Amino acid sequence: MIALAQLKKLDRAIVPLLVLAGWEAFSRSGALPAALLPAPSTVVWAWADWLVGTDGNTQTYSGHWVADMLASLSRVAAGFAIATVLGVALGVAIGWSRRIEIVIEPTLQMLRPIPPVSWIPLAIIWFGIANKPAIFLVFLGAFFPILLNTIHGVKSCDRNLIRAGAMVGGSERKLLRYIVVPAAMPSIFAGLRIGIGSAWMLTVTAEMVAVKSGLGYVLWDSYYFLRYDLVLAAMASIGLLGFCSDLSIRLVMARVLHWQRNTTLRGGE
Amino acid sequence: MATIDISNVSKIFTDKKRNADVTALADINLSIARNEFVCLLGPSGCGKSTLLNMIAGFEQPSAGHVTVDGRIVTAPGADRGVVFQHANLMPWLPVWENVAFHLLLGGGQKAERRARAQVYIDMVGLTGFENHYPSELSGGMNQRVGIARALLMNPQVILMDEPFGALDEQTRMDMQNELVRIWQQHQGTIVFVTHGIDEALTLGTQIAVMSARPGRIAEIIPIDLPRPRDITSPQFNALKRHILALLRGERVEQERAPA
Repeated sequence: MIALAQLKKLDRAIVPLLVLAGWEAFSRSGALPAALLPAPSTVVWAWADWLVGTDGNTQTYSGHWVADMLASLSRVAAGFAIATVLGVALGVAIGWSRRIEIVIEPTLQMLRPIPPVSWIPLAIIWFGIANKPAIFLVFLGAFFPILLNTIHGVKSCDRNLIRAGAMVGGSERKLLRYIVVPAAMPSIFAGLRIGIGSAWMLTVTAEMVAVKSGLGYVLWDSYYFLRYDLVLAAMASIGLLGFCSDLSIRLVMARVLHWQRNTTLRGGE
Repeated sequence: MATIDISNVSKIFTDKKRNADVTALADINLSIARNEFVCLLGPSGCGKSTLLNMIAGFEQPSAGHVTVDGRIVTAPGADRGVVFQHANLMPWLPVWENVAFHLLLGGGQKAERRARAQVYIDMVGLTGFENHYPSELSGGMNQRVGIARALLMNPQVILMDEPFGALDEQTRMDMQNELVRIWQQHQGTIVFVTHGIDEALTLGTQIAVMSARPGRIAEIIPIDLPRPRDITSPQFNALKRHILALLRGERVEQERAPA
């Protein structure tokens, strides 16, 4: 049994290890110039210096990883938080009230197809070169998935549950709080998970263009200096942080939606 | 003194897609006195659930009115507890929170809600399942939670819409006995919708037999068989024969009627 459990843990590592080993071998084989595709070992070397300043090979970035990471993370957190509050509030209102839907929805549906990235010029004019345009873009990217999933969740709330709530004497406000919003939670969390992905995508884009700090900025700056090992280290950092933020949403979700555990095919994942 | 008064009630559904009106109920008159256990019995489509929904306040009559304790029904309210065909429990709440849902909406303290819930959980025989979630319980147990939720509001009237329809025969008989016990203990008026003749005869103090298209009350039959009722006794069978004749006669009439 123990051996089997250990084997299962190894399962997850097999594919990444094979990819890394193949990549390392390919880079060292000399099929491409080493500078164009740095081997994983080179990337780790650069990453280590960026992280804790081992030998200064990343020059100005040596030992700066935590600051760069926090710069990006704070933008994601701020934009995502605003998007969550507005997206859920507006989504509940639109999903619940036909009148609000008629007044607001057409405008939102017109704005939605515009790629958030195309707002960059206006964002720079309005907010300058700093945190604000990046937060604005993150907000735009995360807002629509959260909004649409919330609307969907509210609209698909079982009418019979609302009847049951009306039967025990609930006012409209109470029904929203104690029935509609809890019933929409699975959908809202689906929106949050899509939203956090867009949030990282847009932070990095914004940092390449409109901001002078963060993981995206390091990535773009290293490209100018032909430091592809650092480019790859930045990419890996973004992937890692995206994974961690999704994981934390999933942990919260598993707590909030624990009642779903035994009702779905693979509940709580 | 009547608790529920249904006078000259009609219900017409407008089918916008087909541009046709469907008369679900035509000129219903029914008085239900306090502490009666009335079964609305009829074939599917006779409007018995619609009638129940109008007492509950989920639907409004097209003509006439429904009064409960002298007040005209315009909306659902906690004075009328409803037990639904499917339990309609909140899947995110454990059993005790579902039972005390009325108190949760009213803003009661947790300890108080928990204590009040326990009384009714014990009454419906779910002791030990307080912290289970609806998805972890069987259909019959969920239905018990639904009954406990309605009882906790201490309503004047309990309205039940085929609550045992989805249960197997054995569980249904257990639940029927349980319901009669609770009704005798708790006192209150029950209106119970069913299409089962045996079920109606086992439970009711009165049976309102309904006919379909349009829904009307064909006959109101008082049942004074002793409890617990013996479903094989001659009196039981005589009543059953009478009701069957009523329902069957109606089907013959319908088939004879020109299309």
